[in-house]
Amino acid sequence: MQRKAVSSMRRRQLGFYVLMAAPLVFLLIFYFYPLQEIVRVSMTWRDRLQPEVLWSRLWASSTRRVIGFTFGQAFISTVLTLLLGLPGAYVFARYDFPGKRLIQALTTVPFVLPTVVVAAAFSTVLGPRSLLAERLGAGFDLRYTLSAILIAHVFYNYTVILRMVRGFWSTLDPYLEQAARTLGAPPLRVFWEITLPLLLPVVATAGILVFIFCFTSFGVVLILGGPRFATLEVEIYRQTIQLANLPLAAALSLVQIFFTLGWTLAYTRLQERISRPLDLQPQWVTQRRPRKPLEVVFLVMNLSLMAVLMVYPLLALVLRSFGRGLQFYIALFENPSHGIFYVPPLAAVGNSLRIALLAMGLALILGLLASLGLYRQRLGWLVDALFMLPLGTSAVTLGLGYLLTMGRPPFRLRGSVALIVFAHTLVALPFVVRSLLPALQSIQPRLRESAALLGASPLRVFIEVELPIVWRALAVGAVFAFTVSMGEFGATSMIVRPDMPTIPIAIFRFLSRPGALNYGQALAMSTILMTVSVFGFVAIERLRPPGTQAF
Amino acid sequence: MKHWLILMLLLALLLMGCAPATPEPTPAVTAPRELRVMTHGSFDISAEVIEAFETRHNARLQFLDAGDTGEMVSQAILSRDDPLADVMYGIDNTFLSRALEADVFVPYQPEALADIPDAFVLDDQFRVAPVDYGDVCLNYDRAYFEDAAVSPPQTLEDLTDPAYRGLLVVQNPASSSPGLAFLLTTISAFGEDRYLDYWRQLRANDVLVVDSWSSAYYTEFSGGAGSEGARPIVVSYATSPAAEVHFSGEALEEPPTAAIVAPGTCFRQIEFVGILRHGAHRDLAEEFVEFALSDSFQSDIPLHMWVFPVSETAELPEVFATHAVRAESPATLSVGQIEQNREAWINAWIDAVLR
Amino acid sequence: MAFLELENIRKTYEGSPLLSGISLEVAKGELVSLLGPSGSGKTTLLRIIAGLETCEVGRVLLQGEDISRLPTHRRGVILMFQEYALFPHRSVAENVSFGLRMRHQSKTAIRERVAEMLALVSLTGFGDRNVIELSGGERQRVALARSLAPEPRLLLLDEPVGSLDRNLRERLLEELAAILRKVGVTAIAVTHDQAEAFALADRVALLHDTKIVQEGRPETIYRYPATPWVARFLGLTNLMQAEIVGKTQLATPLGYLTYAADNGFDGIGSSGTLLILPWGIQITERDPPCNGFTARVVRRMFQGRTTKLRLAIEEEMLDTTVDVGSVIPEEDDAVRVWIRPEALRWF
Repeated sequence: MQRKAVSSMRRRQLGFYVLMAAPLVFLLIFYFYPLQEIVRVSMTWRDRLQPEVLWSRLWASSTRRVIGFTFGQAFISTVLTLLLGLPGAYVFARYDFPGKRLIQALTTVPFVLPTVVVAAAFSTVLGPRSLLAERLGAGFDLRYTLSAILIAHVFYNYTVILRMVRGFWSTLDPYLEQAARTLGAPPLRVFWEITLPLLLPVVATAGILVFIFCFTSFGVVLILGGPRFATLEVEIYRQTIQLANLPLAAALSLVQIFFTLGWTLAYTRLQERISRPLDLQPQWVTQRRPRKPLEVVFLVMNLSLMAVLMVYPLLALVLRSFGRGLQFYIALFENPSHGIFYVPPLAAVGNSLRIALLAMGLALILGLLASLGLYRQRLGWLVDALFMLPLGTSAVTLGLGYLLTMGRPPFRLRGSVALIVFAHTLVALPFVVRSLLPALQSIQPRLRESAALLGASPLRVFIEVELPIVWRALAVGAVFAFTVSMGEFGATSMIVRPDMPTIPIAIFRFLSRPGALNYGQALAMSTILMTVSVFGFVAIERLRPPGTQAF
Repeated sequence: MKHWLILMLLLALLLMGCAPATPEPTPAVTAPRELRVMTHGSFDISAEVIEAFETRHNARLQFLDAGDTGEMVSQAILSRDDPLADVMYGIDNTFLSRALEADVFVPYQPEALADIPDAFVLDDQFRVAPVDYGDVCLNYDRAYFEDAAVSPPQTLEDLTDPAYRGLLVVQNPASSSPGLAFLLTTISAFGEDRYLDYWRQLRANDVLVVDSWSSAYYTEFSGGAGSEGARPIVVSYATSPAAEVHFSGEALEEPPTAAIVAPGTCFRQIEFVGILRHGAHRDLAEEFVEFALSDSFQSDIPLHMWVFPVSETAELPEVFATHAVRAESPATLSVGQIEQNREAWINAWIDAVLR
Repeated sequence: MAFLELENIRKTYEGSPLLSGISLEVAKGELVSLLGPSGSGKTTLLRIIAGLETCEVGRVLLQGEDISRLPTHRRGVILMFQEYALFPHRSVAENVSFGLRMRHQSKTAIRERVAEMLALVSLTGFGDRNVIELSGGERQRVALARSLAPEPRLLLLDEPVGSLDRNLRERLLEELAAILRKVGVTAIAVTHDQAEAFALADRVALLHDTKIVQEGRPETIYRYPATPWVARFLGLTNLMQAEIVGKTQLATPLGYLTYAADNGFDGIGSSGTLLILPWGIQITERDPPCNGFTARVVRRMFQGRTTKLRLAIEEEMLDTTVDVGSVIPEEDDAVRVWIRPEALRWF
């Protein structure tokens, strides 16, 4: 009897390792191996490992300034986002008004947009020929300024605050506030003593998430900030791509990894705290129409902010892309300058689609194997964390690691499409695992047990019970992987072959080239990519099992 | 059941993707060989000239746009063991040392070097051969200075004058070769001790720094025909006014812009071609280097890349003869000096100007 | 003058009336239960009194003062929520002291009052506990202590034991009634459970279809339900159509019945609804003086102290209960029953 139990446990463990083997090997080769090479290179001088050189590399005043700027801009961006986002979250949490669902969906759009698209959109509204410039007169030009970076970061992350805080706030028991009122607390005191303390964990969590996003900001700073500004990400890119200074790039990557992993750890800790149930109430209890004039004014002010912050840049992007009718779009099919390097822009669309489909497939297979292994073996939390690691690692760092390791034997993958696919798979894998694992864990063991009692083999159980239940989550993971891959810029910019651009790379190149036609083509392509991302996002929202969170 | 179908579809897609996109055909004896040429974004040459080479050598030339010169050199260094191309065209004397140091080229002494002045041959090991040269200097918008009651700047010092405040746009030397060239000009003019002071004054006078020549010239500069910007002074080439005339399409008598070629205000960029180590088709690569130095290619350079051919036997087009100028006495810094200090100079410059 | 007066209160919810013309008076120190099915608007009425909702028409008068326009926190009315709404980020003592702090009492006074309140609800020593760790019953008592601590003029309780399980509910109900009476607070408790309402209150007001349909002492309501709806709501199911055919005679589906003259019977020839209270149907061995029938036992449900019997007389089903001490017939037995005239009600 006992021996049988032991052997069945052994079998389960064996199954765990078999399932996990492929995803673990993948992580080992395409994550840990490049990472250790970054560590090695950062400490190498004249082909000898000398850890002390790392310190001198990092202590250079220019490096310290980059680190300082990275922190500073992330901090200011986060504070600004919180200041603007919290009132918006309140409005969505507590008021019910016509068109609310639509507006709510619209505010999510920025978050799913690739950074190059955002940068393109803001270049249309912050530049000298924008609507604002026409109003404010000549000399208005926010490109290449800190303001441009901050505005774009707020644009990007407003949604994070809105969604996370609104979600929590709207289910926060309004009876707590009402109880405080009947006990004699005036409205401000209620907010200060009851609402704010209860919201604090979620505000902190959302704040940290925003901070991480801004800390690792790449495309926005690279394109909108111009040469004057460099976050760690941008500096790693510049040191690598422009100066081929790999040791310094590796040293900066080390700093980047250190901090982002720290932030990510803090984020996961806090997130566990807010996922603790807190007598949450259904939304119909908590929401009502605004009645008093002051409430209406407050609502209108917030909605206007959203319109100016989110709708205006995106609308400007789309309108400008049609600025000459379809000319910019038609130009995507042509070779107007008869350039010698002509790679038709449409080839970028083909490349992106091919890479995204492959990355999606690979991420799904690996993610499914990993999730199956993880949920059967409860003690797999360490492994679970392992699969989340790529989320806490910057894309540019990943790209650098690939540059350092994948061009030489035994891989010899430099410039190959496969390498981009692997990078995208790695970035997408956490999303797939994150959408699959909870779905699998939500399956009551009794379902499996009763299927087994009815005579189903483990494979049959998987096919007949688990798969039908998790297929939605699987589809969500697939769309996630696909959209992430379509928009990926940081890692791709490091490892892409010049003649095999993806859509974001093509947009970046168009943006850095002169002339209205190039600019127009950048906008047209951005509009296309935006459409793809939004469709992907809508699909995710439709497919996502109710009650699960996006972050 | 429907879910199954979707899954099968996904799997099928995946398998299709995994299969090699195009099965490598066994090269027929007559199939042209492909030579990959890595070059910067401003490279251009006539299709007929390329075709002539391709027909003669049964080859196909594949040009690879590797971005700005700095990016191109970085790419070559990063992919040294498994290069993206077989030949590199367009590395200049400001970045040459970096590439030589990283040992990305194999030596080859072309026969055509005979027709080229020795002054252009900077590597005595013949790892690269000179192909063209141009002078990086300040250009200005003539209409602007005619309208404004200010005369165009004559010297580098003029640019720190409040009268020229907010008028200059330059390139980031870390990412752009004309940008680096202009930085080297200032170092040559003011010396290592004082060039940063000069730049601090420029910064105080609201100099705009952008990442590439094209965004400086087309996006920020006001003078060019296709330019959209508002700044009337830009770092560009001595040949840029000639290009303006050529491309105006209205048979202009006078260019809308002018170059300042006063002594010590320009930097001479010499571009080179070199064979990349570990590249394929070594013999074809050597043929390409000879071809780049041949008269047909050299004579085609001016109107396509707006620089001067190095060969003395190449023909200059008329627009060059009338409008293109050469710097009287360009700034001088040796490749060795540049090699030793480039990084330190750039970093110090970044600290002083950008941060 | 009553301590609390509700005057003609009307409230509409999504276009349809929820409360209309509600008037109610509560005396100082009185315990009133608002009883009604879910959705009858009883919680809304509490929230209107507390100032958490507004009514379209009507006034709330407390000690003669119109408090209808006063904001919640200045009314001195405390509402104890159904799920208790304990502040999860505060300890038990901090919860209890919250109202006292809002009234700017001194630290020592607060400390003493908190100790006193915790003692009152038998939670001495629980002060430092985290409210999340408490059991359902303990939460209810903390909520009560928190509500009583600032000595509210009026205490409102929304389903005070509604979220507890059955056994606990009965015990805590007794305790709650005892504490409220001991403190002498004026209170209105909302419940959907008649047993709770009867156990807790001096007086019960029954809400149905936007109105108070009946109010009075629990016994009175039970013995003399005002409408067939009230009867049914109280679980009195022996209702049938009948016609008054004589001074003491009714024509019913069972046959003719004799009734006692009072209890609302008037108008010979009129038809209406007849209610037979369960205790009025007695199984007997002797022949009854009147209203004797032979019935068949259709179903028998053992309920502990009593057994519920469903009897069929002709086609009509009647429910009654039998004490555990009596002889209980088996299913399908034929029994002799007596329907007591004084247990008949007429609507």
